[in-house]
Amino acid sequence: MAGKRFRAPPRRTAYTGGRLVDPASGLDAQGGLLTEGKQIIDVGPGLFTDGAPEDAIHVDCTGLVLAPGLIDTRAHLREPGAEHKETLFTASRSAAVGGITSMLCTPDTDPVIDGVAEVEFISRRARETSLVKVFAMAAITVGSRGEALTEMGLLAENGVPAFTDANRAVENAGLMFRALKYARSLDLLLVQHPEHPALAGNGTMNAGVLATRLGLPSRPPIAEMILIERDLRLAEAAGSRIHFPLLSTRGAVEAVAAAKARGVAVTAGTAPHYFALTESEVEGWRTFAKVSPPLRSEADRSAVAQAVVNGVIDVIASDHSPHHEDSKRLPFEQADFGMAALEAVLPLALEFVHSGQLSLIELLRRVTWNPASIFGVPGGRLAPGEPADLVLLDLDHAWVLDAKEFRSKSQNAPYTAHPVRGRAVRTVVDGRPVFGEGP
Amino acid sequence: MSRTEIVHLIDRADLIADCLAQDNRPPDPLPGHLLISLFFENSTRTRASFQIAGQHLGFNVVDMSLATSSTGKGETLLDTAMTLNAMRPDVLVVRHAMSGVPHLLSHKVNCAVINAGDGNHEHPTQALTDALTIRRRKGTLEGLTVAICGDIMHSRVARSNMRLLTIMGSTVRVVAPATLMPAGIEAFGVQPFESMAEGLDGADVVMMLRLQLERMQGSLVPSTREYFRFFGLDSDKLRAAKDDAVIMHPGPINRGTELDSVLADDIGRSLILEQVAHGVAVRIAVLEALVQNAAAGGPG
Repeated sequence: MAGKRFRAPPRRTAYTGGRLVDPASGLDAQGGLLTEGKQIIDVGPGLFTDGAPEDAIHVDCTGLVLAPGLIDTRAHLREPGAEHKETLFTASRSAAVGGITSMLCTPDTDPVIDGVAEVEFISRRARETSLVKVFAMAAITVGSRGEALTEMGLLAENGVPAFTDANRAVENAGLMFRALKYARSLDLLLVQHPEHPALAGNGTMNAGVLATRLGLPSRPPIAEMILIERDLRLAEAAGSRIHFPLLSTRGAVEAVAAAKARGVAVTAGTAPHYFALTESEVEGWRTFAKVSPPLRSEADRSAVAQAVVNGVIDVIASDHSPHHEDSKRLPFEQADFGMAALEAVLPLALEFVHSGQLSLIELLRRVTWNPASIFGVPGGRLAPGEPADLVLLDLDHAWVLDAKEFRSKSQNAPYTAHPVRGRAVRTVVDGRPVFGEGP
Repeated sequence: MSRTEIVHLIDRADLIADCLAQDNRPPDPLPGHLLISLFFENSTRTRASFQIAGQHLGFNVVDMSLATSSTGKGETLLDTAMTLNAMRPDVLVVRHAMSGVPHLLSHKVNCAVINAGDGNHEHPTQALTDALTIRRRKGTLEGLTVAICGDIMHSRVARSNMRLLTIMGSTVRVVAPATLMPAGIEAFGVQPFESMAEGLDGADVVMMLRLQLERMQGSLVPSTREYFRFFGLDSDKLRAAKDDAVIMHPGPINRGTELDSVLADDIGRSLILEQVAHGVAVRIAVLEALVQNAAAGGPG
């Protein structure tokens, strides 16, 4: 050792005896996985049949599923500017519990993430404080004001995976058309909130009998359908990609399905509340159920669930929107939009598997490989050389989803006694456990 | 509310109205209670009638003008309610521009909360008042055809009347242009019409609603004169209704926008001032019921 600096060998971890599920490669079999440092270095059905290597930490996965960590493509993380609602650290704590190893955060912070400095701030804060990986999406327009384009190319060079004005749609069709054409030249992804501002107006919930009875101004499904129909035509004409992160209506699902059928480069997502809940949650002016787009009718909910099953919806994202009590304990019309959801994604999505509508590998595809490949972020698959971002799942563990238990700084969600099955028992980021018991 | 509860309240209010007409006193004063009226939105008749009702019963009445109080200093709605609750009122009367506020407050305070109108949601004491007024003129509510006309979308009075009158066996029609007709209105058990001639055909009661002038800014209707031409009530349009049809309006009236002055002042057909007078009787009946209910240990 004389004259040679001592370096600890990279941490190696062997995962044995589990069911490997990797949507990217189609692997679904008993097997083993070996990580070294921050990477997966070996994986496969035959691995460790003769026992795990002695120099590695051993994680016994018997009876559990080992899968890529979830990639959440839409989370409002509130830092900088609203740290009383959430910070990157508190969000990451909640994400880790939810099996999420990467979050794509929205730029609706204060200041808005619309320049390289803000992106670097998020990257630095994430490195210093976050348990999971954070990728900052940047605004399409400066300040998300819908007037001038941000420096999308420079932002992409600094690691921005996609561009969105968060919960504001770009209303000006001419500007959106230019943004899409410009994005095509640099192969960037635009993410558009699916509500036409003029049609959504001051609406606070879904239009229909319930809104009429509660006396609340409402947002009709047409507000979502019109914007999506418009942008599908614009993206088609521009030849560019577009992603709609939150489908909530049957009409929107039909529009996206038709566009996919004619070859438009469109992808779509939804959040768990759009397939797990309906507008009836708003009964009694419950502000925790106030989201944008709003919770819809049972027919819409069922169409969204069906679209997750048949693949019209590619991605399930949390749309995690933490809010402090002070912005929710208000008359419904004054309360902020959004619910906390990082810990709700996995258990609510697994209902598709338990009910037999989707195989586990297909369900996991919508939260791992599809997000990774659509947004171009690392991870989302089990393969040598990939980041060691993993989740160990206990599929059959029955428990009760209760927002009061969320590790987020905010617990604004209408789940109080929602029975679910399946949860993460260990979450691993860059080869190190960030949640769970054991070595 | 159930039909039985509604009938009980209207019967009681009917008796109280007679007493008030005779010697301007209610039958059974209930002194020693504290009523705080909390109006976050301007009101003339509802606010005054709750105050007068409380005073008739011998209540201590405190009237909070919220335009000039703590809410103007940034105090939140719930803090204001908790502050007043600490003063131990028996009844809190709440008017607010946002739907659901009385519901929200009722979970935070431990006294009875009366909804004196919340956003576009409900105005229950107005509907009871209107029902009493119709019944005193027509003898019954059952089997009558009531046409509610105007800005149904933004009207809490319309919603409360639709609920109450359908429970009481009236046939309720609503008449409005599509821009002022809320979604799913048929679910209330009412018949929607987009023309006054059809909506008023054979009606026993024509209830006109106030058109708030700010609706013009959102282009829900193009102008007041156009609105009056197609949806305002004049003697010409009234001919479609029954010969003895009566005219009602919760007030305040925009003369010449939704209602021709000649009809508003026609004492043979207009029940508008009777509505105001009966408002006091109904609110006395409601206050009595709540105070007696609390004394019996029932829910507030």
